[in-house]
Amino acid sequence: MKGTKMKTTTTHLAPWAAYGVVFVGALVMLAPFYFMFVFASHSRSEIFNLPPPIWFGDDLLVNLSILTQKIPFWRNLGLSLYVAVISTILTLLFCSMGGYAFALFEFRFKNALFGLVMATMLLPSFMNMIPTFMIMNLLGWIDEPRALYIPGAASAFGIFLMRQFVASSIPKDLVEAARMDGCSEIGIYWRIVLPLLKPALGTLGIITFIASWNNFIGPLIVMRSPEMYTLPLALRGLQNPVNTEWGALMTGSAIATLPLIVLFILSSRQLIAGLTAGAVK
Amino acid sequence: MKLPALLRLSPRFAPYALLSPFVALFLLFGVFPLGFSLYLAFQTWEPTGGLRAMEFVGFDNYAFILSDEWFWKSLQNTLWLALVSGVPQHLIAIPLAYFIHSSFKRMRNAVVGAYFMPYITSTVAIAILFSSLFSTDYGLINAGLRTLSQLPIVGGLFSGNSVDWLNDPARIKPAISMLVFWRYVGFNVVLYLAALQTIPKDIYEAATMDGAGRLQQFWFITLPSLRPMIFFGVTLSVIGGLQLFEEPFILTDGRGGTDQAGMTTAIYLYRMAFDFNDFGAASAMSWLLFILVALMTWLTNRAFRSPEARSR
Repeated sequence: MKGTKMKTTTTHLAPWAAYGVVFVGALVMLAPFYFMFVFASHSRSEIFNLPPPIWFGDDLLVNLSILTQKIPFWRNLGLSLYVAVISTILTLLFCSMGGYAFALFEFRFKNALFGLVMATMLLPSFMNMIPTFMIMNLLGWIDEPRALYIPGAASAFGIFLMRQFVASSIPKDLVEAARMDGCSEIGIYWRIVLPLLKPALGTLGIITFIASWNNFIGPLIVMRSPEMYTLPLALRGLQNPVNTEWGALMTGSAIATLPLIVLFILSSRQLIAGLTAGAVK
Repeated sequence: MKLPALLRLSPRFAPYALLSPFVALFLLFGVFPLGFSLYLAFQTWEPTGGLRAMEFVGFDNYAFILSDEWFWKSLQNTLWLALVSGVPQHLIAIPLAYFIHSSFKRMRNAVVGAYFMPYITSTVAIAILFSSLFSTDYGLINAGLRTLSQLPIVGGLFSGNSVDWLNDPARIKPAISMLVFWRYVGFNVVLYLAALQTIPKDIYEAATMDGAGRLQQFWFITLPSLRPMIFFGVTLSVIGGLQLFEEPFILTDGRGGTDQAGMTTAIYLYRMAFDFNDFGAASAMSWLLFILVALMTWLTNRAFRSPEARSR
């Protein structure tokens, strides 16, 4: 196959050292996750034993009961899930519609509008922090989940990803042919474009879900009462300079992280390709 | 299925209909806040008095921020953190990606996945975990350092004393940098791997024929070909580094740490608004920080301009 010539040059000792470095590095990357799950099953005093625990203990359920006493944990988890699901659905819908329009239609101000959308993609998140709070305050959306999923649906990255995918994989002739046959515009979008967009929708869906699940600044600004906290906010609320329940905190963190790890293992190639789509293009 | 006349869009109006939900939200929550923030930066405002209580104050907010000691301190912190957590990401990611690209075939996806995983997990959960790992007396990182200091030969390099990572002003920034480095190095590896795949194989084969070693090939073929991606990756690091918020926010309990040593400008502007209730000054600060981000991006662009373009 390819690279047979290069193989001959790699048969020194040095590459073995490099293999070692790559593997040790990978372990360092994964170690914090391992300890998160190990600590989740230990009490606070065990976590800070010397030496610290390196294998699973049996305090997981105790930690979970401390967690549910201190914060409305299941409610926070449900809210996170609810916001992430609605965000994902709205983003997929609006961005596929918009991306399709940008890719296959000609209309006034198209390039200017697309340029404006792209310009906001790199805009630092702190720029919108204060005005967003004030707008949500005016709308009366403080402590409302819609304050998170409605603005989230206007994703510049989503528009970019969808436009690229439509432009590269849906031929204009196909849309024209359907139009000739008397298919309505909504029918074209719903029955032709959307099914062909499935792979890109999958990628954008996973990215949106993860971003919403992990979102911290958004809820920090608009969610003010603990029973409306999403999971990251609720966990951070458990941190306490005097008396942090580390075991329970680790259990909560592990539960918040587990779905992401599963999702990542199932879809890592698709996810990595999607997240770096802007770079490779 | 016959649609009602209203829903039977003509192709002329279809793009507007398709775009309208996105554009409405984009204008309301993406563009309007920017204008609003620019307006706010010239107002003084007592939040309890409602919107009517706003008062135009010209450049007072900017003058206040520019003479604020904490603002300059936060800028120093931000630049320090961006540099110390950003530069090593690329110095490590480039050779790592090169080696993974040239030597890993079967294990490749698993290895890349391991490096990438920190990037997709919750910053908050991870920062919480790190604050336990960084604990002074019993944290795992200090325990590890203590073990290393007892090793025979290399032991002298490490101190056996416990480091107060999160409360000592001199240590909080290195602790934050470690976390940020760990979180983003894999993202850069993936970027460079994508770029490496576009370099044609026959260039390397020709170089091997001509007797160039691997190091020479890396230096004279790989690095120059990676230049555009290095530019892109560094630009992302600059923009991301200057808006650093979540990691230091969690590690310092939302306050910026002892002597504000871990307070980035993004954290300070959050506190200015939500802890000190000065929304006008906070907006002015966000524009000053934005100017800095734009300036640094422009400088990066200049530094990476190709030699031909520079001589003109």
